[in-house]
Amino acid sequence: MKQTLDELLQKEIAIIDGAMGTMVQRYQQSEEDFRGERFKNWHKDLKGNNDILCITQPHIIEAIHLEYLKAGAHIIETNTFSAQRISMADYEMQAFSYEINVAAARCAKNAIKKYEVTNPNHQSCFIAGAIGPTNRTLSLSPDVNHPNYRAVIFDEVMEAYYEQVKGLVDGGVDIILIETIFDTLNAKAAIFATKKYFDEHHVQLPIMISGTITDASGRTLSGQTLEAFYISIEHANPISVGLNCALGAAQMRPHIAELSNLANCYVSAYPNAGLPNAFGEYDEKPHDTAHIIAEWAKEGLVNIVGGCCGTTPDHIKCIADEVKKF
Amino acid sequence: MNKFHISGLEPLTVFENSNFINIGERTNVTGSKKFARLVRDEKYDEALSVARQQVENGAQIIDVNMDDGMLDGEKAMTIFLNYLQSEPDIAKVPIMIDSSKFQIIEAGLKCVQGKCIVNSISLKEGEESFIHQAKLCQRYGAAVIVMAFDEQGQADTKQRKVEICERAYHILTTQLNFKVEDIIFDPNIFAIATGLEEHNNYSVDFIEATAEIKKRMPGVKISGGVSNLSFAFRGNEHVREAMHSVFLYYAIQAGMDMGIVNAGQLAVYDDIEPKLKQLCEDVILNRNNENNEATERLIQYAETVKSKGKEIIKDESWRKESVQKRIAHALVHGITDYIEADTEEARLQYSKPLEVIEGPLMDGMNIVGDLFGSGKMFLPQVVKSARVMKKSVAYLTPFIEQEKTETSNAPKVLLATVKGDVHDIGKNIVGVVLACNGFEIIDLGVMVPANKILEEADKHKVDLIGLSGLITPSLDEMVNVAYEMQKQNVQIPLLIGGATTSRIHTAVKIEPKYNMGVVHVLDASRSVTTANELLSENKNEFLEKIKNEYLSIREDFLNKKSHKNYLTIEQARKNKIKIDWETYQPTRPKQFGTTVFKKVPLRDIIEYLDWSPFFITWELHGKYPAIFNDELIGSEAKKLFDDANELLNKIIDEDWLTAEGVFGIWPATQTNDDEILINDEIQLYFLRQQIQKAAGQPNLSLADFISPLGNDFMGAFAVTISGIEPYIQAFESQHDDYNKIMLQSLSDRLAEATAEWLHAQVRKKHWAYAMDESLTNEEIIKESYRGIRPAPGYPACPDHTEKRKLFALLKAEEQIGIRLTEALAMYPASSVCGWYIAHPESKYFGIGKITEDQLQDYSNRKSMPLEEARHWLSSVMN
Repeated sequence: MKQTLDELLQKEIAIIDGAMGTMVQRYQQSEEDFRGERFKNWHKDLKGNNDILCITQPHIIEAIHLEYLKAGAHIIETNTFSAQRISMADYEMQAFSYEINVAAARCAKNAIKKYEVTNPNHQSCFIAGAIGPTNRTLSLSPDVNHPNYRAVIFDEVMEAYYEQVKGLVDGGVDIILIETIFDTLNAKAAIFATKKYFDEHHVQLPIMISGTITDASGRTLSGQTLEAFYISIEHANPISVGLNCALGAAQMRPHIAELSNLANCYVSAYPNAGLPNAFGEYDEKPHDTAHIIAEWAKEGLVNIVGGCCGTTPDHIKCIADEVKKF
Repeated sequence: MNKFHISGLEPLTVFENSNFINIGERTNVTGSKKFARLVRDEKYDEALSVARQQVENGAQIIDVNMDDGMLDGEKAMTIFLNYLQSEPDIAKVPIMIDSSKFQIIEAGLKCVQGKCIVNSISLKEGEESFIHQAKLCQRYGAAVIVMAFDEQGQADTKQRKVEICERAYHILTTQLNFKVEDIIFDPNIFAIATGLEEHNNYSVDFIEATAEIKKRMPGVKISGGVSNLSFAFRGNEHVREAMHSVFLYYAIQAGMDMGIVNAGQLAVYDDIEPKLKQLCEDVILNRNNENNEATERLIQYAETVKSKGKEIIKDESWRKESVQKRIAHALVHGITDYIEADTEEARLQYSKPLEVIEGPLMDGMNIVGDLFGSGKMFLPQVVKSARVMKKSVAYLTPFIEQEKTETSNAPKVLLATVKGDVHDIGKNIVGVVLACNGFEIIDLGVMVPANKILEEADKHKVDLIGLSGLITPSLDEMVNVAYEMQKQNVQIPLLIGGATTSRIHTAVKIEPKYNMGVVHVLDASRSVTTANELLSENKNEFLEKIKNEYLSIREDFLNKKSHKNYLTIEQARKNKIKIDWETYQPTRPKQFGTTVFKKVPLRDIIEYLDWSPFFITWELHGKYPAIFNDELIGSEAKKLFDDANELLNKIIDEDWLTAEGVFGIWPATQTNDDEILINDEIQLYFLRQQIQKAAGQPNLSLADFISPLGNDFMGAFAVTISGIEPYIQAFESQHDDYNKIMLQSLSDRLAEATAEWLHAQVRKKHWAYAMDESLTNEEIIKESYRGIRPAPGYPACPDHTEKRKLFALLKAEEQIGIRLTEALAMYPASSVCGWYIAHPESKYFGIGKITEDQLQDYSNRKSMPLEEARHWLSSVMN
């Protein structure tokens, strides 16, 4: 009998994987690779649509998952950060949103299967279906002259997420992970969609929530304080709440401490590999990231740790090795 | 007991012994005529002022109600709440969404990121509808007010109030697992002292029901609409305020947690004159009132007091400051209420309206910028500040126009936040500032793709293009836009701005992509001087200066260490590609030494001609022959293709150009991992990839593809197209640039085709490792054949200086007349050279960046002074 996420978290600090984008870059996929056979003649360029690789180059996504599993991740995130209609509209691939999510979950499942062959005594692995923020905000107007204007409405976002959740669940994920929340209202649409799906299909998976503090004021992009954010998403009854992206571990520390104090559930943190340099690249070394995160673990601030932008299996391995001690 | 908490941009937490919570009631179209009129007239700016006043007066939550027969309630709720979200000093408090129609409540819930209170749901339409609505509230994450209302009607007695609330409580907690702390009951505050005896006990019923509910259902909260109580005294605010205060005094003692009140108008209990207080207590507690006596006495008293207008207690002290300070205050706090009047006052003080913008407005915006930078203001506030700014500028614009003397042709600046980014404040501020300085702004908004930017720039014939972005991926998109601009031969200077942009990134990554001028603009205030320079007579000098500056930044940067993960050269060598040399049988070439082709028939080689790069030369992007079907450029491409073939036929028929080639094959052995000893005399040096690869991917060097066992071979070749000069001169003298460029581009293509032809000959006949190869032209262009022909100076072997060895081996200059320039370029320009490698696993790749240790190692191995090596390898150094 496989242990549940809750059972794992009661025993130890769980490790969530690192960046997908950074790893995909290493494979230097060309436009043709992104298209694969399937979308050879697609009318729009697909390079940069990382999520479509779940369909066109599943072996790469699988290989990346496998690397993270080998590095010690308990939770691997599906490659579905932008796999809903709203973001997919950039490539006019709305119609494939569901399929990408199913395929992404399969990639993760296959990776776990492969991992299990060589590591029969491994610990539990969980697949977190990653739900990103979309490329539109529900709380902010893109037009300063029309502050009431919205580029998208709640129902559109909610329906897009509903379809994504359906794909992820059908594909077999173990967790729904709503992450990189810039705008709490988008996250609320995701929570709404998830609850609606769960109710209608009589399923119940743990939900992880991970927000993003974007600037020095310690607020989300949409202007909420951390506590206001937490209050606004608490109705998801998440198994964990946490922060990811935008900040490196060093900058994230005070916010994680605050959240750890506030939250009635487990706390997760997966920071970037430092702050981006002038080129938007992340250059914090695995040991440096791991060292800071180890401090959090030591102080009991966190239950799930890992990495976001710029982190690699090396980072995850270092983090896993460090927090094992606690 | 769990805390009750809700949120706007900021949290509101209620503990068991927290003070009474004031809910602002004025943003309610049923309760405030003024607010109703503002909403109906769509004067949302002023309607927001009503909300702001409530918050400034201490409302901790605002109740918003749009239930008006004349209004589309869902729409009004949506618009108002969307406006409200952009006002951080209002949006900081939680919202209570108030309607008797659940659709309107839902519309409201879809607009607010914080945790709201729904006001209200009830058992009015039965359990099914109640459960449905409560469930939706759970999904939206809202607390609910449950009104004491059931299928029979609104509860008026204590007993009915308690019964209905208990029934609702039971359903919520047992059937829906609703959090107790998110349940708020409204046991109905009705008007008292109306003259009807049956109304006299209403407040007592409320107060007693409150106490009973709190006792029976610990953890729930009690709320109510307080103003109803004094409805009979409409118009007599003095008495109403006293009644409210006295009522709350007792209701709060009984356990009332929050109430909808006019936050600006609550009398302090202790300040109420004793007689009035006494009368109020009598009616509220229904004392001495068996025959309406208490009511009568209060009515009598009320007639004696004139309703005293009260001063608004919101902090208006800033209005007493100088106009400059007032403008700064309005900008920092995003208050539009007085900005027009203040702007007018300032305009009269300054000699020119423009000075108002350059003076107090810019000063104010600088304060905003500083506060934002230091984390004391956050994004929505800055957006608001920009709106105050715009309002002020809009007010000044007609005056500025008036002053303008016949300057109709304002220079145009196109501004856009690049694709993938929604942040445009910086851009908008730049737009404002530039517009204030006499520029016409074409603002394309946010998430603008490159092609749109180019289209619009062309359509409006703009003078400058400004790109903005805040998030890091925007940096790449800016590079992309610059690249597209270059491709489409745009001639307009490009300005780069935004939080993550930097001079160094612009210099290193963007500027090299676009040669018509790229300037990083640090902030809005500098955009004006930059834009002016770019439109002045000094434009070229200015750009030249920037170009040089960026060049040196770039060089500095390239000499710095990289931040990516690189292996040491030793580690990289360990990760070389694994080839099983023991079992590999190299094909022994049929001949050794060099072979020269003096005059290759052009007819033979044109079948190897790859047309796609030809079209790229002509800025027509598309694959041949699909390009002819392109909607946009298809017909143009076809025309060009026909012209090219016409000229090509002439070249062949009239023998304009000569194709020559030379190749050789020699024994070769891989030595020291990264080197090849060729013909037992010349040592060739190669570089190796150092970037950390994904698992299982090797770090390649070209040397990897030659066997270290001493039984392998390697070739070299050079081809050239000569004879072009007299024809170029002829076209020049006829000023026929079209044919001149056509001839040059065809000549280049012919050289490539000759190289392809020669490689095929070598594979099939001379080296003959692929004697039965039969590939289509398309497959050849895709390089589907076995073996490669990489050229020194190109990505797999970036050191141009190895070309000297290649030339020495081939005696290329003597044999076919190709010369190497000092910079190791070949002349005639239409020449191609390279190595031949035959191993089946050999492939093209790029070395990528290398680090200092490999440079050192390479310089040592090659006995080339370090600085010289650095010079030749600068493009691959970090």
